[in-house]
Amino acid sequence: MSLDSQRSTPVGFRPGIGARVSRAAALAVLIGLAVLFLIPFYLILRNALATDAEITAPGWMWFSPDPAWDNFSRLFDDPSVPMARSLLNSLIVAVLTTVGTLFLCTTAGYGLARVPWRHANKVFYVVLATLMIPGAITFVPSFVMVSSLGWLSDYRGLIIPGLFSGFAAFLCRQYFLGFPKELEEAARVDGLSHWGAFWRIVIPNSGNFLAAIAVITFVGAWNSFLWPLVIGRSPESWTVQVALSTFLTAQTVSLSQLFAAALVAILPLVFVFLFLQRFMVQGVAQTGLKG
Amino acid sequence: MAVSTETAAPLAGTGASTPRSRRRKGGWRTALTFWYFVGPFFIGLIVFTVIPVFWSAYLSFFEARNTVTPLPEDFIGFQNYTAMLQDAAFTDALLTFTVFAAFIVPLTFAASLGLALLLDRVRIMRAFFRSVFFLPFACSYVVAALVWKMSIFSGVRYGLANTVLGLFGIEDTAWLFDPSPPWYWLVIVTLRLWIQCGFYMILFIAALRQIPEHLYEAAYVDGAKPGLQTFWHITLPQLRATSVAVLMLILIAAYQAFDEFVLLIGNQAYARPPLVYLYYNTLGMVQDLGRGSAGSLILALIIAIVTVLQGRFFGFGNKES
Repeated sequence: MSLDSQRSTPVGFRPGIGARVSRAAALAVLIGLAVLFLIPFYLILRNALATDAEITAPGWMWFSPDPAWDNFSRLFDDPSVPMARSLLNSLIVAVLTTVGTLFLCTTAGYGLARVPWRHANKVFYVVLATLMIPGAITFVPSFVMVSSLGWLSDYRGLIIPGLFSGFAAFLCRQYFLGFPKELEEAARVDGLSHWGAFWRIVIPNSGNFLAAIAVITFVGAWNSFLWPLVIGRSPESWTVQVALSTFLTAQTVSLSQLFAAALVAILPLVFVFLFLQRFMVQGVAQTGLKG
Repeated sequence: MAVSTETAAPLAGTGASTPRSRRRKGGWRTALTFWYFVGPFFIGLIVFTVIPVFWSAYLSFFEARNTVTPLPEDFIGFQNYTAMLQDAAFTDALLTFTVFAAFIVPLTFAASLGLALLLDRVRIMRAFFRSVFFLPFACSYVVAALVWKMSIFSGVRYGLANTVLGLFGIEDTAWLFDPSPPWYWLVIVTLRLWIQCGFYMILFIAALRQIPEHLYEAAYVDGAKPGLQTFWHITLPQLRATSVAVLMLILIAAYQAFDEFVLLIGNQAYARPPLVYLYYNTLGMVQDLGRGSAGSLILALIIAIVTVLQGRFFGFGNKES
């Protein structure tokens, strides 16, 4: 299903003069709202390319006449903020979380959907039950567990507890239930095991779905804050969100550097959005339809 | 929602002993295959979700202050619970959450549904508008808090809000640091609204596409006026399942609000949601894991009750799935 497909008649409206007027009004409202929604992005860009004096000057300045590109070099040279390190940490955490979640949740979803074991239902009910538990409840005991494992300020502590998403496994199961059975059966007749059919037939034919899960997981991991804040006790283990937050709450801060950091932090995801939005939208729509 | 347990009938021409027929439902080989697929995930789920929940429940009945002992021995019954419920800071946090939910849930719902309906009316630039409204979802709460605090709602002259209000001769407002009047709610609510309403808009767009067109045609034939009448009698009822799901998602997300509160307001009593309270009181200086666990479970109970009530109210029981 494509969200771009046009209805012949928009919901609740028939062509006619009234409809045309209301369509024009809707367009005007949408343009206004779009401008409003883009203001924060504009502010990040404007402030990241201005000097502190320009930002705090009286009177509104739309853009700095002389873009202060050196805000970025100063940001990465500043020894008090581990910006480069935190970006690297975020990248490692987000990529490994995405790869791990994809592997664990697709295999689990496939097993739950397709391997006809007698007690598969009971296992599935346990997975469903965990969906009802808000993450906020488990963060205190999870923290205690991770600290007693010695995983504080460590990639293991940042990544591993986040890999076992009941929600992603549930989505994968729903998806594989709808996967055409004939394809797999042909493979099974040809002598492939479940495992072989999964890797050679099912996975290569599920590109869009996997991309959707991957993008959503990546965005979630990149933007997550509470868990990295709790786990990342030393500055070397800060993710970019944690680094930004300490930067933000510090007493002495250069506004232009702060916004340069914000720009650097959102840039990867803005690219992800621009190029992979199709998958995101599909993925979100799927979570809505199936959830 | 039952797991498909049918075994494939042997295909014509392949004889009686296909691989499938040897692996019966209860056979140990099927069990082995099943755990081959599900095992790694399931073990992790038990270790990092199920055990913490039970552990939390266990800790909540014990004196567990400044300890990382997995199993403290000082059983104190419901004392952690009564202490939490008598703690004014905790009940204030519950109140803060209630006020926040009362704002953010209906506002996000109305805004995301409104955007979806607006997008449904226009014929051009639809993908562009959808991208623009969805783009804030790429922003973390940390980045948004930074923009809201340091640029839009900074309480000084150069902040955007004060600049705009200044055009109308209104004096600078300290948006965040002055609890009365409570302007900080405007800051907090608009931030979350900006980030999340595009996400829920996508859910509504998907649901709108599923409404069969003949319903509108039939209503038109029956003389229903397009617009408000068809919206109330066709669109809204057809969106019920999605609406219930969206309301629950917004509520559960609001209940876990942490990032923007801690960054915009910090550990201030006037606007401290439960998670910020738990963060400072169980992982900060105090480290009272027993009370923290009790607090988490009280919250879990409240959210479960509200979710069930909300589901009842909107007729969730009738939804198939």
